[in-house]
Amino acid sequence: MDFEPSEEQQMLIDQVRRYVREEIIPLEAKMDPDASELDPADHKRLVEKTKAMGLFGIDIPKEYGGPDIDIVTRVLLAIEMAQHRAGLYVPCYGTFGGAGLAQIFEANDDQKERYLYPTLRGEKKAFFGLTEPSGGSDPARAIQTKAERKDNGWVLNGAKIFISNADRAQYGIVFARTDASKGRAGITCFIIDSDTPGFHVRRVVHTLRSSHYATELEFKDCWVSDHQVLGEVNKGFAVANDRLTRQRIPYAAGCIGVAIAAHEMAIEWAKMRTTFGEKLANRQAVQWMLVDNEIDIRTAKHFTFEAAEKARRGLPFKIEASIAKLTASEGGGRVVDRSMQIHGGMGMTKDLPLERWYREMRIRRVGEGPSEVQRMVIAREILGSNLR
Amino acid sequence: MSLRLRLDKPWTPLTAEAATRLPGQLGVYQIADAQGAILFIGEAGARSPFGLRSELLREAQNRGPGCQFRVEVNMQYRSRWFELLMVHKHDHGSLPPDNEKNPPPILGRLSPA
Repeated sequence: MDFEPSEEQQMLIDQVRRYVREEIIPLEAKMDPDASELDPADHKRLVEKTKAMGLFGIDIPKEYGGPDIDIVTRVLLAIEMAQHRAGLYVPCYGTFGGAGLAQIFEANDDQKERYLYPTLRGEKKAFFGLTEPSGGSDPARAIQTKAERKDNGWVLNGAKIFISNADRAQYGIVFARTDASKGRAGITCFIIDSDTPGFHVRRVVHTLRSSHYATELEFKDCWVSDHQVLGEVNKGFAVANDRLTRQRIPYAAGCIGVAIAAHEMAIEWAKMRTTFGEKLANRQAVQWMLVDNEIDIRTAKHFTFEAAEKARRGLPFKIEASIAKLTASEGGGRVVDRSMQIHGGMGMTKDLPLERWYREMRIRRVGEGPSEVQRMVIAREILGSNLR
Repeated sequence: MSLRLRLDKPWTPLTAEAATRLPGQLGVYQIADAQGAILFIGEAGARSPFGLRSELLREAQNRGPGCQFRVEVNMQYRSRWFELLMVHKHDHGSLPPDNEKNPPPILGRLSPA
């Protein structure tokens, strides 16, 4: 496979790179180092810029009005968009727009009118409610939130945890057990409006990612009609699983972007900083750290582009997506760690973005399926699906 | 296993002397009137030269006598600040008056059990 960008892809890369360096990074210099949101006036101004670039709504499929960008190009751009302080979790502060949750494109026509189109117009935001206090890595078995039939609808009772944006969203996609006897074939996906009686955002969950919190949710006799079922009853796990697999590719790209930015900072610092009469760049110990950074980045890029290329061609990419996510999140963490080491004391300060990347990159080894689950997915694929 | 939601430390009179004794760490704080009604919830972020000390010293100088304060050292100052604002809104139906004048761009809804 040839992973060299085409002329057109290179033009887009250059355009986004310029945007990050000329528009985003200068704003960050004045913001709190942990901030995740731009001033509303800046956000509005930059959205106009991305619209003028023809890249707004970058993840929206063409048939819904988005720019026609394939997943390989999307990965190339995601790598660029992540190369600033908040870039790992809030690439370019959302100024390229969002498509909302991928599952909502599977909605029926009525649901699309009520949820998808308002989301694409920026009028509604959504949350994704899968993980529960009982566990997140094995949702098919861990989901204990129950949905029981009542009055032509369903009554939900249970809890969710580590849910982003639930306190700010107008609706969410929530997975609940509708048949206790069927394991993964007994889970249904519901669309829940945030003002539904019985839906509560109980608390903020503080994490390493201090700029942005997760929440804990409670469903207490929360009744929704049959119209709120997304897809088919008892087939919700496929909806969740498909999203988790697809999400691993751009997730890996974000890790690569931050790793590249950290590595470039380390190279620049090593060429500039002198200790004991010698530039750091001339020290073998530092050279080897930079070499290891380079290898980690190239490895992650190779596997991520391989996964994206297979997805673009419509080929199975489950194993490739897991390898990409694994190598990018683990390799990216090592790159940021080495880059901090090369910077010495300065690397630990909030003056530089490295400490934020270090904290946030640590989460990437757990988010969207921890490294161990990725290895399990790969093992199942190479040893046979009947392996448990 | 959740952490404490509300700040419940005793109030201290807001004076420049009291502020200078504070740590130079990051965190959150509340300012109240003499009766203990919360006027403002603030954060001492990484741009504050001496963290809580700088912020409370500025508050003492701007507000003059008659106010009280309490602080919490917290590296998660951003998410803790949002949390305190949301809890206050839940408890009182609105933000503290001085936050209302310049509210954060987006504030979520919280309904603590």
